[in-house]
Amino acid sequence: MPAVPADLLPVAAEIWLALVGMALLMFGAFRGHRATRLIAGLAVGAFIVAAVLIIGPASRATLALGGLFVVDTFAVFMKTLVLIGAALTLIMSLGYIRREDMERFEFPVLVLFATLGMMMMVSANDLMALYIGLELQSLSLYVIAAFRRDSLRSTEAGLKYFVLGALASGMLLYGCSLVYGFTGTTRFAALAALFAAPGAEPATGVVVGLVFIAAGLAFKVSAVPFHMWTPDVYEGAPTPVTAFFSVAPKIAAVALLLRVMMQPFGGLEAQWQQIVVFISVASMLLGAFAALVQTNIKRLMAYSSIGHIGYALLGLAAGTEAGVRGVLIYMAIYLAMNVGAFGCILAMRRQDRMVEDIDDLAGLSRTHPLMALALGIFMFAMAGIPPLAGFFAKLYVFLAVIEAKLYVLAVIGVLSSVVAAYYYLRIVKIMYFDEAADPFDRPIGRELSLVLAGTGVFTLFFFVYPRPLLSVAQTAAAALFP
Amino acid sequence: MMDVGLAHYLTVGAILFTLGIFGIFINRKNIIIILMAIELMLLAVNVNFVAFSAHLGDLVGQVFALFVLTVAAAEVAIGMAIVVVYFRNRGSIEVEDVNLMKG
Repeated sequence: MPAVPADLLPVAAEIWLALVGMALLMFGAFRGHRATRLIAGLAVGAFIVAAVLIIGPASRATLALGGLFVVDTFAVFMKTLVLIGAALTLIMSLGYIRREDMERFEFPVLVLFATLGMMMMVSANDLMALYIGLELQSLSLYVIAAFRRDSLRSTEAGLKYFVLGALASGMLLYGCSLVYGFTGTTRFAALAALFAAPGAEPATGVVVGLVFIAAGLAFKVSAVPFHMWTPDVYEGAPTPVTAFFSVAPKIAAVALLLRVMMQPFGGLEAQWQQIVVFISVASMLLGAFAALVQTNIKRLMAYSSIGHIGYALLGLAAGTEAGVRGVLIYMAIYLAMNVGAFGCILAMRRQDRMVEDIDDLAGLSRTHPLMALALGIFMFAMAGIPPLAGFFAKLYVFLAVIEAKLYVLAVIGVLSSVVAAYYYLRIVKIMYFDEAADPFDRPIGRELSLVLAGTGVFTLFFFVYPRPLLSVAQTAAAALFP
Repeated sequence: MMDVGLAHYLTVGAILFTLGIFGIFINRKNIIIILMAIELMLLAVNVNFVAFSAHLGDLVGQVFALFVLTVAAAEVAIGMAIVVVYFRNRGSIEVEDVNLMKG
């Protein structure tokens, strides 16, 4: 057997996922849609193997594929989160695809390819690699948003996502072309060296390009001036797809935003800091106020996720190592809270149909006490009530912002989280104090119960032993500050 | 006789790109036109890349342009597929009819 070239070792997990994706596609083509559950299970297994392949090596930055690809502790941390998110949402979707007649084997395969794209994004070390990873992710996501092709809402969601996502890609590319033209390189390391030179004033074209790139990436994380696709896509897409959208692509896009701002454009902090401050504040406020009037719980979760991105970007606005560490911790905890909350939403079925109104949760504490408890934990955590995990997520971000002397930002953040607490707690009030509605269908399914229990325990008991996550996030953040 | 230089190419690129963006937002008629506008944006970017590449004497820009062409083809194929399934459900591809969910 010929030796594996050393250059390919850091990319082992991505190559593995690509091969598995193609193999599963062939398998599905021959076995037909009956094999959907088997293929979903195999895809989850492939994610686990990929996680093992990532976590094994790489204690320091390694370049691969001729410098287009970098593996460092930051990439390992973010890729692990992405893989956990993808695996958990795929497990949660098993019951849904069986009951809702969505048994088509392309679904797990597309999730797998989207995850592969996200891993490429997280590890991108060149504008070209960034674009290819982003597009592999986006193209797969457009299709799974419209996956229920007989449903008008799902196809409309896919259409809106496609048009606005393509617009975002176009803006990002235009920015890339300007940056390339005015610097002569697309490599992150070369760009960083160029902008870090003392006294070097960046060309206007570079700043314009940076703004375009930031706009394109803000689209992908659904930060405020570019958030308008989020509520519609979240509401229209099938619920397991929404659960997937709300975690894995968000985490990957935040990772990409962090890396692009900190590494190639680290020397231009004075230029991008105002942009990040603006989108962060606008996202927090819109996430808090627009969610107050929602009646559909998936739409509410869309505004909630816009708000959460606002808080996470606070850490980027601080621009320090502590800030980046705060973002990383935030994304890890956001993953657990959001997967859990969507697990509860997936269990909202009555007479074998999904229900999505917040009022359908009325009196849940009497009909399904355990599910009400779980959803209560996630809502309290998202509101940031100590000692739940969500409180610590916000705490580290706010601490970093205060250390960076951005006091106004911290005050706005705390105030908007008070407003946001209203709608999270309203759900708890509806579940515990309103007249009981008809109970939901039982049983909710073994896979779903397991995911709910796991994320619930993590969210509830994070404060007991937070050290591992904090120290891993610390080393991961340090990788962006060589 | 005027020399055609980098600035001219960039101006053409910028105009095409702006037309693409306006095509998406101002257009109130047909979704196919939106797909064409998206294509216009990507081609504007390609004009930029190739012009910069020639100006800098560096091949990276042309390689990037090739990648953009490939991805644009895949993107429009997926876009058309989504438009087709949407049309089957809605019976129309008027932009004004894409309004089941209000943002």
